[in-house]
Amino acid sequence: MREELSLILALALGGAGAGRAETHVEAIGDPVRGAEIWVYCSGCHEIGPGAQASIGPPLTGLFGRRAATVAGFPYSLSMQRAGQDGLTWTLETLDAYLENPVVLVSGTRMSFPGLEDAGERADLLAFLRQYSDKPSNIPEAAPTARAGDPVLSEATLALVGDPAYGEYLSSECTTCHQRDGSDQGIPSITLWPQRKFVLAMHAYKQHLRPHPVMQMMAGRLSDEEIAALAAYFGALGL
Amino acid sequence: MSLNRRSFLGTGLALGAALSAPAVIGQARPRVVIVGGGAGGATAARYIAKDSGGAIDVVLIEPGKTYYTCFFSNLYLGGFRDFASIAHDYGRLASRYGINVIHDLAVDIDREARSVALASGHALGYDRLIVSPGIDFVDGAVPGWDLTVQNRMPHAWKAGSQTQLLKAQIEAMREGGVFCMVAPPDPYRCPPGPYERVSMVAHVLKDRNPTAKILIVDPKEKFSKQALFEEGWGRHYPGMIERVGPDFGAANVEVRPDSMEVVIDGTPEAVDVCNVIPAQKAGHIAGLAGLANDSGFCPIVPGTMQSRIDETIHVLGDATIAGDMPKSAFSANSQAKVAAMQVRAALTGARAFPAKYSNTCWSLIDTGDGVKVGASYQAAEDKIAKVDGFVSQTGEDAALRKATFEESLGWYAGITADIFG
Repeated sequence: MREELSLILALALGGAGAGRAETHVEAIGDPVRGAEIWVYCSGCHEIGPGAQASIGPPLTGLFGRRAATVAGFPYSLSMQRAGQDGLTWTLETLDAYLENPVVLVSGTRMSFPGLEDAGERADLLAFLRQYSDKPSNIPEAAPTARAGDPVLSEATLALVGDPAYGEYLSSECTTCHQRDGSDQGIPSITLWPQRKFVLAMHAYKQHLRPHPVMQMMAGRLSDEEIAALAAYFGALGL
Repeated sequence: MSLNRRSFLGTGLALGAALSAPAVIGQARPRVVIVGGGAGGATAARYIAKDSGGAIDVVLIEPGKTYYTCFFSNLYLGGFRDFASIAHDYGRLASRYGINVIHDLAVDIDREARSVALASGHALGYDRLIVSPGIDFVDGAVPGWDLTVQNRMPHAWKAGSQTQLLKAQIEAMREGGVFCMVAPPDPYRCPPGPYERVSMVAHVLKDRNPTAKILIVDPKEKFSKQALFEEGWGRHYPGMIERVGPDFGAANVEVRPDSMEVVIDGTPEAVDVCNVIPAQKAGHIAGLAGLANDSGFCPIVPGTMQSRIDETIHVLGDATIAGDMPKSAFSANSQAKVAAMQVRAALTGARAFPAKYSNTCWSLIDTGDGVKVGASYQAAEDKIAKVDGFVSQTGEDAALRKATFEESLGWYAGITADIFG
């Protein structure tokens, strides 16, 4: 069954249109192992039917897509420029991007250091490839959810933050996190969907997420203050 | 031509005055003068200018045109950063935020007249003053040492030419020589700094001069992140580093720069490089203005960073008595944001929120072996009090230490953007 899911990549050896191209097919990688690597991505990206923009853009239909073209998603200026310059997501460009994101798109807000292991990248690409057009024999999958999200009451999630208060509170964040979202060792927190921001901060506050600095910072923020920060960082004009 | 131009300008001014409401005539924007362009002063200038949208005239007085950060200057000593990477200028504070950056030295503060005198002879009136002068050294703290011998025995506790000099001395040290650090007593700038420096010197010597020794003469019983540093020194630099504490006379130390000797409790030791980090006090101007108390540092109001001595003056950073907060760039940056908000509230009626303070200090022990300590603080009645904190643990795995170091690189990029724009 899983075997059937393995994706194939047709590598045409020999020039296009050559009279008799020798065709050789091999799997990109193992999508089952790729699904395990996907947990590093699923905190920020959704994939599958109905996937929505989250901290990162949805990755359904990624292959063959021009960079920075999901309508309404607030891409970094670098990513927009790369898309305008013609960057299209293919096996090769995605492999380069996943190996070291800032080498391909220097100002990306994607807070991911890259996958050094070419085999792991291949497995992840095989996983991602299932959610783009062709091959058609791939079963649909629901968007994955990140484990470890805190349980929050609807009242907490529904709090409307005061962005002016958030702006003041944000000065404590911007000692480390850069306001424009660039990531030089500390992740971007700019332009996250507010719900994601609130969930992440409460996950630190409840010590579900492990980072000690963030546990301390979130630990003394009230629900209203977290909502205020989410409102401010979620609507920053860059 | 010039007559026409002048008469045109004159008409324009007269018209402008006639159109203005009487109450506005002669009423200039309120002015904040900030003395010192380091982590405290530059952050305060930037936040006041950024958040007041031009309603406040922000003047920053800083003698240096280039600021070399003390934080990460140890990484320069260790060869992990180049010198240019710790240099910052004030161009963006002027061009992006409209701050009037005056490269001059503040030599006096007349609190009665609310005026700051500059070395150039000018005087600047202020509505609010922010004093962020960093540290100076206590005269006579280490007998035999003063600024006239700082090239024989560098302090390198204000980054810049001193840091370059110390690096050159370490690299030129004779084979098997002794690097000595005379460590400061509390309180001083950057509590883990001397011990990170020792780690970086050891890192250089391990490669270039592996039979060299490092001697720390330390008047303190204990020091910041001690267990982490001692574990790291044992692992990375076994046998290289010796620390003499007060039990063995380190509180009674004297230096002889001419003969390159350090006298510990009466016993002279010959050394090859000597890094003397003397006891510290608030930057000279703070004392001159009467803002410091007998401790040599400046008492402040915990919720606002106002001077306890003059409520029109805020004092920031290493010069202050900041309760449980350490003297660090992170602390100064955190305090500056509280002061900036308070100044805007006083001068333009902006909203003021309760003060929140925080600090994190990262230190590098060897390649990829980073550790950190941090805490959050709030304003209590009598002092800035610690709320919560954390510190790296001994025995952490290599991947976590590497991640901690990489995080410190992100922090450096973040805080320098937050300070200098």
